[in-house]
Amino acid sequence: MTPGKLSKILTILVLIFFYIPIFIVVVFSFNNSKSPVWVGFSFHWYKELFFNAFDIWHAFFNSIFVALLSSFVATSFGTLAAIGLYWEKFKSKKYIWILSYLPLIIPDIIIGVSLLIFFVMINIRLSLFTIFVAHTTFSLPYAMMIVFSRLQDFDKSIIDAAYDLGATKFETLTKIIIPASFPGILAAFFMSLTLSIDDFVITFFVAGPGSTTLPLKIYSMIRFGISPTINAISTIMLIGTILLSVSMKKYLKYIF
Amino acid sequence: MKYTFGYSFWLIFFFLIPILIVLSFSFMQKSLYGGINFSFSLDGYKSLFSVSYLKILWRSIWISLIATIFTVLLALPTAYFIANSKLKDFLLLLVVIPFWTNSLIRIYAWIFVLGNNGIINQIISKVTNHYVQFLYNPFAVILVIVYTYLPYAIIPLFASIDRIDKSMIEAALDLGSNKVKAFFKVLIPNIKSGIVTSTIFVFIPALGSYAIPDLIGGKNSKMIGNEIVRQLTVAKNWPAASAISAILTIFTLIGVLLFVKQAEKGEKR
Repeated sequence: MTPGKLSKILTILVLIFFYIPIFIVVVFSFNNSKSPVWVGFSFHWYKELFFNAFDIWHAFFNSIFVALLSSFVATSFGTLAAIGLYWEKFKSKKYIWILSYLPLIIPDIIIGVSLLIFFVMINIRLSLFTIFVAHTTFSLPYAMMIVFSRLQDFDKSIIDAAYDLGATKFETLTKIIIPASFPGILAAFFMSLTLSIDDFVITFFVAGPGSTTLPLKIYSMIRFGISPTINAISTIMLIGTILLSVSMKKYLKYIF
Repeated sequence: MKYTFGYSFWLIFFFLIPILIVLSFSFMQKSLYGGINFSFSLDGYKSLFSVSYLKILWRSIWISLIATIFTVLLALPTAYFIANSKLKDFLLLLVVIPFWTNSLIRIYAWIFVLGNNGIINQIISKVTNHYVQFLYNPFAVILVIVYTYLPYAIIPLFASIDRIDKSMIEAALDLGSNKVKAFFKVLIPNIKSGIVTSTIFVFIPALGSYAIPDLIGGKNSKMIGNEIVRQLTVAKNWPAASAISAILTIFTLIGVLLFVKQAEKGEKR
């Protein structure tokens, strides 16, 4: 068998492997029974989710709130840092790069534990605020690197041209660099958003009572008795993910 | 410098300093009620020289190694196929969707399918009145780690295969190499950095995983992450939890450095 044929068969198997468990969950979200035996089509678990699951919605809005806020802060600081690293000349650049790679390499659980111990030590109560701080921290390097890769894409001589034509540093920044890097900024924002909504481990450590996010809620539902309501949430989140991925397709190249 | 100020400040304050605090706590004494007494002690590390802890450490390493090998072996041909396919964008999207799907939902999907009350067992128990325990062992943990991190391996491999010049492989074929030879002698050496990246992207999170062994693994598949949480919450032994964290951090950094150096050497040759 040639590598071409073998890789084709393996790719098909991998895609089946990816989608079969998710597909089964989606199908059974419409099942009219509590046990995973198909009984008949029904919207029962969706009704349950929409009208009888206040705590899930509470967790959902916590997740969205934290995700929007931390993505905004991470993207703002990340974009400025990318511009600084790309544009300015200074000595400590190398250290900032090392500082950016470390959070990507060090396992999540270590970041979670160290933030927990840090917050306890400086006497900050665990809450949505500590989750926001944690999420901003792990999103920052991703945001910076995504914007930086976009900046590398465009011609530096445009900046020189702007200077030659009499633009100030500030004008060049707001009228040329930021608009030109906008696709990267958008990609960075969405990447931070997904990272934040998805994170379980770090949030697990820095969440306090009353500051449950959606992944934490799903975790406790899996641990303490599974209800097919999870199938309904999973389906809705999956649809959200698909819509997000399709709309982000153009920007994928800045992320990878 | 001024543009990077907020960014560096945030990372120093909320990343670097907390990590350094944990490293220093691993050399402190445990206080009676779970906190820290600020006096030097190696008790945190000494408590790790127990059979049960070494077992967990060894298990975490072999589970992560096997999972990483399987993941990269599946990811390589998949990435190769996608990079050479006419449906490249669409196939990449099919990989990105599971990549962006919440990881707990992906874990849950396997519990729903393979659990003791899962869909397959519902069918088996109807026919035989018994059930098979698929989950709660190290192999289930490996399966779900492979499932979870496969997209993390495919994407960097795809990026590096997509970047190389296709005409090199054509040249190899023109010069009389067969396809298998061209694959191993031309493609693989040229995508070494991609292979390294995807190995790191799988091995490190696998080694530090918590949710997968916690939800899918049984008593005999607890990993380092579960032990850290146990030391923090049940045993209330901060120095021990910090010592394990310190060891995991140092292992990770040494591993990454060695690996990247090795790959750089290979690429220059």
